[in-house]
Amino acid sequence: MTYVALADRGQELSHPKSFITKYIWSQDHKVIAIQYGLIAIAVGLVALGLSVTMRVQLGFPESVSIIDPSEYMQFVTMHGMIMVIYLLTALLLGGFGNYLIPLMVGARDMVFPYMNMLSVWVYLVSVIILMASFFVTGGPTGAGWTLYPPQAILFGTPGAEWGIILMLVSLAVFIVAFTMGGLNYVTTVLQARTRGMTMMRMPLSVWGIFTATILGLLAFPALLVSAIMMLLDRLLGTSFFMPAIVHMGEQTAYGGGSPVLFQHLFWFFGHPEVYIVALPAFGIVSDLLSVHARKNIFGYRMMVWAIVGIGGLSFIVWAHHMYVSGMNPYFGFFFATTTLIIAVPTAIKVYNWVLTLWQGNIHLTVPMLFAIGFIFTFIHGGLTGIFLGNVVVDLPLSDTYFVVAHFLMVMGVSPILVVFGAIYHWFPKVTGKMFNSTLGKFHFWFTFLGTYSIYLPMHYLGFLGVPRRYYAYEGIDFIPESALAMNTGITVAAIFVAATQILFFVNMIWSLFKGKPAGPNPWNATTLEWQTPQTPPIHGNWGPELPQVYRWAYEYSVPGADKDFTPQNEPPADVEVAAS
Amino acid sequence: MTETVIANPAGTLLAEGLPGIVEDWSADKQTFQVHWGKAMMWIFLLSDTFIFSCFLTSYMSVRATTTVPWPNPSEVFALTLFGQHMPLILIAIMTFIRISSRGTMAMAVNFGYRKDRKTTALLILATAAFGASFVGMQAFEWTKLIEEGVRPWGNPMGAAQFGSCFFMITGFHGAHVSIGVIYLCTVAFKVYRGDFEKSGYAAVEIAGLYWHFVDLVWVFIFALFYLW
Repeated sequence: MTYVALADRGQELSHPKSFITKYIWSQDHKVIAIQYGLIAIAVGLVALGLSVTMRVQLGFPESVSIIDPSEYMQFVTMHGMIMVIYLLTALLLGGFGNYLIPLMVGARDMVFPYMNMLSVWVYLVSVIILMASFFVTGGPTGAGWTLYPPQAILFGTPGAEWGIILMLVSLAVFIVAFTMGGLNYVTTVLQARTRGMTMMRMPLSVWGIFTATILGLLAFPALLVSAIMMLLDRLLGTSFFMPAIVHMGEQTAYGGGSPVLFQHLFWFFGHPEVYIVALPAFGIVSDLLSVHARKNIFGYRMMVWAIVGIGGLSFIVWAHHMYVSGMNPYFGFFFATTTLIIAVPTAIKVYNWVLTLWQGNIHLTVPMLFAIGFIFTFIHGGLTGIFLGNVVVDLPLSDTYFVVAHFLMVMGVSPILVVFGAIYHWFPKVTGKMFNSTLGKFHFWFTFLGTYSIYLPMHYLGFLGVPRRYYAYEGIDFIPESALAMNTGITVAAIFVAATQILFFVNMIWSLFKGKPAGPNPWNATTLEWQTPQTPPIHGNWGPELPQVYRWAYEYSVPGADKDFTPQNEPPADVEVAAS
Repeated sequence: MTETVIANPAGTLLAEGLPGIVEDWSADKQTFQVHWGKAMMWIFLLSDTFIFSCFLTSYMSVRATTTVPWPNPSEVFALTLFGQHMPLILIAIMTFIRISSRGTMAMAVNFGYRKDRKTTALLILATAAFGASFVGMQAFEWTKLIEEGVRPWGNPMGAAQFGSCFFMITGFHGAHVSIGVIYLCTVAFKVYRGDFEKSGYAAVEIAGLYWHFVDLVWVFIFALFYLW
């Protein structure tokens, strides 16, 4: 029996009839992507609000008293968890992954659209459970986003009544949602590419999202297991993570568990999670740079292998988060070594981005500004990462503002810049309308310079030894007055950056209704998503036949060709070459 | 040295060695020449492997670090049958049944590809019945231990983590088996109704993959929890 490839068999698409099946219970990957994106951005705004509230409290401790120390810890926790998981992971994989993968590899939809639809709704459930924790007795958990036991589940920590339970349940539900989506993304990339779309012709965005999804499928299990075990500790009184402990003057019933075990499980998830967020950003930024510099990406194969290599290495570096945890000190040697090795593929990527710009025909469009901004913030955050990867440097800097600055620079600002760049880049395809470029440029410069003025001073605070997660700093002898003034300055910058985001939302909403029609391919890009017959693409993406791909994704400014880009699906016979 | 030349249908030469592997894997359209659902099931099982690995690694870590001696599993799980004291007898029967169910499942896949609708459905149902009896015996085992005072938070035999790990790991595995039983019944129903006559019987094999995986996990639980 001859085997007919499924890509050739024609996929059954659901044909939505009513408004509800078209926009609510939709199985179209593009609608699902927008749903993912909107939920993620909405919950991200909550997290932004939390961070501004914290900054105001920190910056003006004498004149302002909007939250008390418990609430401060709760806001720290919720801000971190929302931003890392419910915003960035969901937006980059659920949002961009869903939108871009089928379009970029030339598929009509994800391989299992129904499961894809379930994924977004289960994600919404997890968000609702998490948000519910603001309204229960005791409020959300204040255990810090790492949720370390024993304090996470002991009474006295804010939110130990219900907050921690809802947090753990919400994480477990999120993992179910992510798994349903993630299986789809991986299978679509592996099995549903169109004719001629070899994996080595895929745009780097797809490579980044694909590898990140595999990391997610292998790393989230550790979080699921630790969440289940901590739930059992909290609800049934088991002692997986709980040692014998005297709490509030009384011996608890716990005994014999290991808090370090939780840290190992958590960071076995937590470090790949960094790359679950970073790899899609790496991929997307490569595409943005290439398109807007009108030049092929430098070292495509090396870029692919670097993504895969970083993905693999990310599983053997987790304990560099635990140098001060009390684990066996000899582990530090191993994990510091692997951590520094991961700098090699990362550096390859950064060099390749810069070399892509080298002698390119750089168009400083809004997406390009964000992509170049990302290179700055990422180099910055990456270099401080090398500091913290070394045990002897990490020990004094641990739990200071240096860590906060490093983390927010490399995993906060950098991916967010890429997210903004990507939204501006694909907005014309998603909506068919062009955004306002001037507003976009203001948005970029305010955000970029603003975030620098937030996080650069934090490095200095860290060197002074200012500890993080403190509600107020009065009366601490080693912190000079000037550092407190700097703290106030950081708050002013943070309020400014947060307010600047209004420009973004105004721009997006205004352009959605009043923007000029963008045309199918405003950036003259080569990748398949810009070659759809309709803009925005309809359900099923392509016309009667799937596109045929003839070349890689980066055919820009080819010498001799009559235009500076050649789409991936343009037959070689149609490519006009100027007579030489 | 004879030069091996491998040609693909288009007649072009393919690279050998590592570059060849990369090219094969990254060829267009499909990386694996299998049903989409099968590829997805494999990836899911890989993810699930990590879940069980984390559970078992955590269990081993807890067992190695606990401050109170661990109860002896072959004593705890002993039954007195026909006046004989037999260690691990129930677990042995459960394992035997569990492995037998793999046989019927493999036969079901075989008959499915031969398009023998009724035999396939019956064999899948037999597999599901084996699975259900496994879950039943697990329920019996749980009841017996609970009657002997074993609780997730403590037990009379030794380290409290014994009960915690036991209920958590066998519970998670039992949930997998129960879901598998429901899944198999659905597939059996669809096979009997003739849903796969046109689209092919890959669904039976995909269900089989899951079933074999859950059994493989049991082998590890058996070795690491009961025999250690």
